Amino acid sequence: MVAKRIIPCLDVKDGQVVKGVNFEGLREVGDAVRMGVQYARDGADELVYLDISASREGRNTFVSLVERIALGIDIPFTVGGGIGTPDDAARLLDAGADKISINSAAIADPSLISRIARRYGSQFVVVAIDARCIEGRWTCTTHGGTRLTELELFSWAREAQERGAGEILFTSMDHDGTRAGYADSVYARLSEELTIPVIASGGAGSIEDIRRVLTEGRADAALAASIFHYGTIPIPELKRALAATGVPVRPVRPAAAGGTAAA
Amino acid sequence: MIAIIDYDAGNIRSVGNALERLGAEYELTADPARILAADKVILPGVGNAAAAMARLQERGLCGVVKSLRRPVLGICVGMQLMCRDSEEGPVQGLGIFDAHVRRFPEAPGVKIPHMGWNALGNLDSKLFRGMDGGTFVYFVHSYRADLCPDTIATCRYGDGLFSAALKYENFYGTQFHPEKSGSAGAAILQNFIAL
Repeated sequence: MVAKRIIPCLDVKDGQVVKGVNFEGLREVGDAVRMGVQYARDGADELVYLDISASREGRNTFVSLVERIALGIDIPFTVGGGIGTPDDAARLLDAGADKISINSAAIADPSLISRIARRYGSQFVVVAIDARCIEGRWTCTTHGGTRLTELELFSWAREAQERGAGEILFTSMDHDGTRAGYADSVYARLSEELTIPVIASGGAGSIEDIRRVLTEGRADAALAASIFHYGTIPIPELKRALAATGVPVRPVRPAAAGGTAAA
Repeated sequence: MIAIIDYDAGNIRSVGNALERLGAEYELTADPARILAADKVILPGVGNAAAAMARLQERGLCGVVKSLRRPVLGICVGMQLMCRDSEEGPVQGLGIFDAHVRRFPEAPGVKIPHMGWNALGNLDSKLFRGMDGGTFVYFVHSYRADLCPDTIATCRYGDGLFSAALKYENFYGTQFHPEKSGSAGAAILQNFIAL
């Protein structure tokens, strides 16, 4: 059985990891490559790096950072932020990214999903969706949750799958930053309606929150940021706790002192 | 020197990065002479098998790969191309491994692609020296090779077991990505280098 994945998400600005609480109040927390290497050693199953630079300079910095990440870490990683064309995706693929995540640009032009998937395969395309519940309807948002769209979450997720998305990364803007748990029932329904993997994001505050979204919420992977960055939940402890309650996870190997454990 | 066959088949850089982390010398090349002269050869690949096969053919490399007598490692779609044929196209493969490649059947609760970390079983090769069954490695694929006499590792997903790795004479193939499989993957690549 395929293991449930634990994915730390690192927001990157000008080469440094930052984490915004509810997308505001940015605060630097570390070097992107060093943190990635540490997470990989701790047993993270994948990493997501989101470029939140607004400037062109920041974007160029990000591409060279992706090259250093690809050389430094030996687990898969997804990059996102500011990808608007298949050529943007190609630059990141060439830099060594395993997957790209697209969000607002896919909503503006859904054909972007199919154009990238046709060229590089569905496994390369993660469609990220930010949505909030408005009068009982899960409404997609863009630009970091600041702009509402007409799109409804479940129909957009199905369309993204049909257009060639390899995974859906859904963030509940109602839960993000609250540390009060994920939107479990929404993930359960997404998992029911889709045949591609679903990544849960937004709301992780405890090991129990993560356990719930991976079991009752039926998510294939749980993504979180601050609880990992600030060491609230060490990944080895999280994995042991999940395994103890019967959640299939990849066991964390004892850390090898210095370099890879090529035994 | 390890030759990584460069035929425009996706994230080729990650295989080179993994070799670099292990301190192995490698080059990316589509030059038959360089490939034939290499001590070891890696055939990577992601994406569509039929498209990958077409690119390998365009570069005149099918016969080159089949003629190699030194250790060869196909990874993911690279491994699938070394099988008899694939439903993805469909397309004829190089016929090195005696396996058919088929899509995972759709079934309730079975996500396709098979994406993520899964456990290996029935390890039977020097490629896995020092490793136990139950070791987790990273997979991303929608098509898989049947079990066959060339199977040297299995994995369970969807309707049962499939070939996680294959071997015939000097040819090896892994459906998973050793270059993305943490310390377990590094150990497998190290074992390949040491063959």
